[in-house]
Amino acid sequence: MVKLAEWQGKKVFRSYGIPVPRGEVARSPAEAERLAREGKVPLPCVVKAQVLSGGRGKGGAVRFPNTPDEVREATADILGLEFKGEKVREVLLEEKLPIVRELYVSMTLDRSQRLPVLISSAQGGMEIESVPDGSIDRQVVDPFPGLTGYEKRSVSKQFGLTPLQARSVGGVLDALWKIFVQEDAELVEVNPLAIVGDGVVALDAKVIIEDDAAFRHPEFAEVRDDRTELEEIAREKEIAFVQLDGNIGVIANGAGLTMATLDVLKEFGGAPGVFLDLGGTDDPKKVSEAFLLMARAEPAAVFLNIFGGITRCDTVAKGLVEAMGQVPTSERFPLVARIRGNNEAEGIQILRAAGVTAISDLREAAQAAVEAARRRP
Amino acid sequence: MSVLVDRDTRVLVQGITGHQGTVHTIQMKQFGTAVVAGVTPGKGGSVVEGVPVFDSVRDAVAKTGANTSCIFVPAPGAKDAVLESVDAGVRLCVVVTEHVPFHDMLVMYPYARSKGTRIIGPNCPGIGAPGKAKVGIIPNVVFRPGRVGVISRSGTLTYEIVNGIKEIGLGQSTCIGLGGDPVIGTTFVDALPMFESDPDTDALVLVGEIGGTAEEDAAEYVRHQFTKPVIAYIAGRSAPPGKRMGHAGAIITRGKGTAESKVAALEAAGARVARFPYDIPQLVVEAVRSARR
Repeated sequence: MVKLAEWQGKKVFRSYGIPVPRGEVARSPAEAERLAREGKVPLPCVVKAQVLSGGRGKGGAVRFPNTPDEVREATADILGLEFKGEKVREVLLEEKLPIVRELYVSMTLDRSQRLPVLISSAQGGMEIESVPDGSIDRQVVDPFPGLTGYEKRSVSKQFGLTPLQARSVGGVLDALWKIFVQEDAELVEVNPLAIVGDGVVALDAKVIIEDDAAFRHPEFAEVRDDRTELEEIAREKEIAFVQLDGNIGVIANGAGLTMATLDVLKEFGGAPGVFLDLGGTDDPKKVSEAFLLMARAEPAAVFLNIFGGITRCDTVAKGLVEAMGQVPTSERFPLVARIRGNNEAEGIQILRAAGVTAISDLREAAQAAVEAARRRP
Repeated sequence: MSVLVDRDTRVLVQGITGHQGTVHTIQMKQFGTAVVAGVTPGKGGSVVEGVPVFDSVRDAVAKTGANTSCIFVPAPGAKDAVLESVDAGVRLCVVVTEHVPFHDMLVMYPYARSKGTRIIGPNCPGIGAPGKAKVGIIPNVVFRPGRVGVISRSGTLTYEIVNGIKEIGLGQSTCIGLGGDPVIGTTFVDALPMFESDPDTDALVLVGEIGGTAEEDAAEYVRHQFTKPVIAYIAGRSAPPGKRMGHAGAIITRGKGTAESKVAALEAAGARVARFPYDIPQLVVEAVRSARR
C-alpha cells in the first residue's frame, strides 16, 4: 500500500480540480510561524499532524491557532507527538473555512462485485466505520462507461443540495473517478467534504495507491508508509515480510501456507513475530537474503515450513544450509524446519547433519519450534 | 468429465521463453497435457522443449488449434497478454503472473467475460485434472486421479492439501487454484456450479483465506444450491487486522474478511470446517463415506 499523507493527497486533488483549502506544509515551528507571519497561510488557521492514522482531532494532533506565536507553539506541540506509534515529522497549515455541513465521499474497490464503488454519506466528518449503515449509500461504477450523470445526481439528492452545490459535488465526483482510475488508487476518500457557501471543499484527503501498480507511478516512489524499517528493506528485496507481536519467526513459501503455519504455531502456544513469505522462489540468493533479514528481527526461534513440489526437498535443504551459513554466528537463531514433499527423507537428513531440527510432521515441528523459542531467554 | 480442462485441452504458453514458462512447459507436458504452442513476441519460429513458438496468439491459434492459454508474462504485460488471447478466441486464460494491478483486472475481466473467455487468476497456481490436463504450476506429484474436487485461493497451501488427499488414499477430479488477489477472474461462486454439475466429483474441498467476502459468498451458494459435501479450511485465523499477509487480497480491513466470519458462514451452510490443514484429509474421508451411505 502506498498511502499518501494528507498534503500529498491534496496535491493530487488540486491537480484534478477538487477544491482544497489554501495551505502550506511546515517541518519546524519556526517555518510554521514564518508562513503565518508572511501571510502564506491566513489566520486563524488549522494545524494538522501529517500522519497516516485517523482520529487526529481527538488525539490532540489538530489545533486552531489565531496568531503567529500560537502557530509556532501549536506546531511545536504537534511535532513533539508520537501519534499512534508514528513520529510526526510534518504539519499542514491551512486556512480556516466557514463550514456549513460535512459530507463523505469515496471511491474504492468492491471486491465481490469486481467493480469500483462510489460510497457517499451525508454524515461526514467522522470515521465512516462509525456511521450507521442505513446512512451510507453505495453505487458500483462500471469502468465502461464510467461514472454517469445519474449516479452523481443520486448522490446530490441524498445530500439535499442546492443546484450550485450539486454542480460542485458533481465535479468532485468526476475527479474522484479520474483519480481512482488514472492514479491506480485503492482508495480515494474525502472526509469531510465541506459545504462552504455555494460550493464544496475537501478538508481532508486520503489516497492509497495500489502497490502492484507502483511501476506506473514513479512520482510516488518516495512516499513514506507505515511499514517498519525491516518491512521497508523486505519490500525492496521483494520478500513479503510482516512484523507481528511475538518472538517466533515464520518462513514459508506462499502466503496461504505461511498464514496456516502461523495459525498452527499459535495453536501450540507459540507467538509468531515475523511472517516471511518466500513466494514461489527457491533461488538460494533470495533464501539467504530472507535469512539475513529474519536475523535482524532477532527472533527467539525460526520455524520454516516448506512444501517441496516442483523443487525437490534435498535441493531446498542444501540451499537452507548454505543460507544459514551466510548469517553471522552472533545473529544465528535456533531453526526448526518442517519439510515435506519430493525427496523429503534426503532433505531431512541434510538438515539434521547441519544441526537443524528437521521434522516432516507439521504438528510435531510446530511444537518443537514453540519449545525452542521457550528455551531462549 | 472434469472441470474446465479435459483431453481436448490444447495449451499455448504465453511467455514460454522465460525461465518459469520453460520449466512449467516441461512439467505440463510430463503431466500429459497437450502443450501445442508458445508465444513470445519477437521469438516466433523458435522451438522450446519441442513446442513451436509464435509471435502472436492469433498465429498460434491458427496453426495449432490452441484453446487454452497459460500466462507467465510479467505483470506490466499481463493485461495485454490476456486481451490478445481473448481476441484470438482462446476460451480459458490461466494467469500465473503475480502482482498484476487490480485496475488491469477491472478491464480484463469484464472484457473477457463479454467475449466468452474465462480467466483463472491472476497470481494463481492454475488448474489440474489428473489423467487429463494441467494448466499452470501445481506440482505433478500431488495429483492422483479420484473424485474429490478442490478450489482454493492459495498456492502452496493447495499443494499441501491436495497432497494430503492423495496420501490418505483418495484422489482428485479437478483442482483449481483461483489466486489470492483482490480481483480474480474465477471466484468460488463461479467455480462451485461447475463442480456441482461434474459427475466425476463426489465431494469438494474449499480452501479460503482471510480478506474479502468470497468465502461468505461461497457459503451462501453452498447453503442453497450445492448438494455435494463440502470440506473447508480458512487460513489466517491468527492474522492481525490491517496487516497484509503476503497476498494483496489477504487483509482484514474495516472489520471485514475475518476468519471467524468465514468459518461461521461455512459451518452454517453445512460445510465441515477443518481447524488446521492437516485435519482436512480425514474430514474428506468421512464426508465421502457419509455421502455414499
